[in-house]
Amino acid sequence: MKVLEAEAKRLLAAGGLRVPRGQTVSTAEQARQVAQDLNGPVVIKVQIPTGGRMKAGGVKFADTPEAAEAVAQTLLGGTILGFPVDSVLVEEKLALAEPQVGEVFVGVTYDGRTRRATVLASRAGGIDVESNLESNHSTVQRNFSLLNDGEVPEYVGREVAAELGFTGQTFVRLSAVLTLLIKHFLEWDAILLEVNPLLLGADGQWVVADAHLELDDDAAYRHKDLLAQLPLSCQAADQRSEFERRAAEIDSADHRGVAGRLVPFGGDLGLLIGGGGASLTIMDAVLDAGLKPANYCEIGGNPSVWKIKELTKLILQQPGVRRLAVMMNVVSNTRVDLVARGVVKGALELGRVPREAITAFRIPGSWEEEGQAILRHYGVAFYDRNDTFDQVVAAIKEMS
Amino acid sequence: MTILAFAETRILVQGITGREAITFTSESLQYGAKIVAGVTPGKGGQNVHGVPVYDSVAQAVRAHACDATVISVPARFVQDAVAEAVDNGIKLLVIVTERIPRRDAVAIVERAERAGARVVGPNSLGVISPGQTRIGMSGGSADAVRLAYKPGHVGVISRSGGMMTEIANLLTQAGIGQSTCVSIGGDPIIGTTTLDLLPLYEADPDTHGLVLFCEPGGVMEEQLAERLMAQPSRLRIVAFVAGRFADRMQGMRFGHAGTIVEGSKGSPAAKMDLLREAGVRVAEKFSEIPGLVWAESVVPLG
Repeated sequence: MKVLEAEAKRLLAAGGLRVPRGQTVSTAEQARQVAQDLNGPVVIKVQIPTGGRMKAGGVKFADTPEAAEAVAQTLLGGTILGFPVDSVLVEEKLALAEPQVGEVFVGVTYDGRTRRATVLASRAGGIDVESNLESNHSTVQRNFSLLNDGEVPEYVGREVAAELGFTGQTFVRLSAVLTLLIKHFLEWDAILLEVNPLLLGADGQWVVADAHLELDDDAAYRHKDLLAQLPLSCQAADQRSEFERRAAEIDSADHRGVAGRLVPFGGDLGLLIGGGGASLTIMDAVLDAGLKPANYCEIGGNPSVWKIKELTKLILQQPGVRRLAVMMNVVSNTRVDLVARGVVKGALELGRVPREAITAFRIPGSWEEEGQAILRHYGVAFYDRNDTFDQVVAAIKEMS
Repeated sequence: MTILAFAETRILVQGITGREAITFTSESLQYGAKIVAGVTPGKGGQNVHGVPVYDSVAQAVRAHACDATVISVPARFVQDAVAEAVDNGIKLLVIVTERIPRRDAVAIVERAERAGARVVGPNSLGVISPGQTRIGMSGGSADAVRLAYKPGHVGVISRSGGMMTEIANLLTQAGIGQSTCVSIGGDPIIGTTTLDLLPLYEADPDTHGLVLFCEPGGVMEEQLAERLMAQPSRLRIVAFVAGRFADRMQGMRFGHAGTIVEGSKGSPAAKMDLLREAGVRVAEKFSEIPGLVWAESVVPLG
């Protein structure tokens, strides 16, 4: 889950890091009030779960409370990078050290190449950091071990700060900041904790000017208290279409099998497909053939007849959907007969003729003969392990 | 010969009394796998389809030599189960558990590396050397495995467990048998990558070709391409990269947790180009795979 900047900063502040003074607001009037309280120039930043806000016009400056109100007025209720703007963070504009020597990018994450936890840092911070990182040789990377009995290795922070070329008090303070970032990254089960930039204030303290925090959904079970402190981020992460919401309801109503990632695509060919790898493969084949998928989906495990029936109805009832293709890789865990029964029942409950509503059924594997018998009874086309995804898709294309 | 999994490999199952483990233990035994012991704390003294259950790995390995273990315990216990296996000298660990936190996965990989042990997974369905043995649960029942997988000379490496069986089936239908098939897992951090397996296949005189099932995200294909450009392989390598459609929808997650694409890196299109440059035969369509594998160097099924 991506944590909104304001909530990430609140966590970091509670964790001993310096962040600019500020407050999240949802009305322009509140923005003016906060700017007045801050008593100086402010930055106004939309709170959406993605990066690239500056370039997209989601970060603005204002010198007066009135200007802050006007800026907030234009941002709130709008859309930036496809995300609705429900709140903005109004923050003091930082007074920086002169000359501006301290602007650092820091990222703590896991490196897929070495398969280790890692810190990346560079003095080339700013909004183009990704391209800088690729081209700039001054980027410092240090991996660190997770096998120190939960202790954060403090020398890593010192090494990175030294490699970046800092000395004296600035070095000592930066080392401490880096150690804290590593500590919180591990403590919160983050998969990314990025500070860009980390700025050296006029008072010689490092300040987190912007923060990207992404938490590991698979570790959510051990962070109930942490998540309770992030209501806006949880809400933003849960923004789904009505179709996705219904699919999730069907999925959670019955623990058998998985109905994962139902995403609407707007076409006329409904897809009940799975598992993960096969769904990707089938989706490519469908699009390559020039067919128009109504949705993406990943079914897996051993879903019940009820779950398949409800999903069938949900997909077939989408506006513009004329027929449903049911396809999976050779299955071992999923029972073919249960899926067959589910799709037929779904079509019948909608008053549809199964052989017209279900354009193809290609799931070879366990209980295949029983499944085939059900489909044969209703005249639904069954494809077996001799028929590749590409052949089945070609047959669907021919029928349209 | 094959790699990793052999007819004589003695297998331990950690979490053997779980519902899923009971099923795959029975099916693997029917396939001929030598599952010699199981572990579930608190269930020592019981047996699962004749396989004795112990309370600890130490007890199990004292009574039975074990070459490999299948770890099928809930996500929160996996790290500890890995430490237990590694500390008791087991050198091949296949983790079938899904949804392991990233931090745990990285710690697991680090621990195994230090101990000189190999981890396959997490989120792997297992390793099959057709006609010899299966470590894990890929392919389902013994009959289903026999139907989809046939002994032969082409290795299969797949980020998707389901698609590994689909590929084996596709090859089998085309008369091409397999040496060893490895479901490496779809997570962003996995213990054994394609690059790690390549030298093993290259050292196996009975493997002549390799089929890869790739997905968006990560750097595994990029690493393989780098190695092949620096040092070409004697193997005929065929790759299929799924999820090209996701290129157009950056930041959205489809398929496995590892498939998220950020920026141009890790996109299927970029992976296909790189693999091609490195001399890999890249299938545009899934059904092209057997045709690309087929060559004089590849010995078809009897």
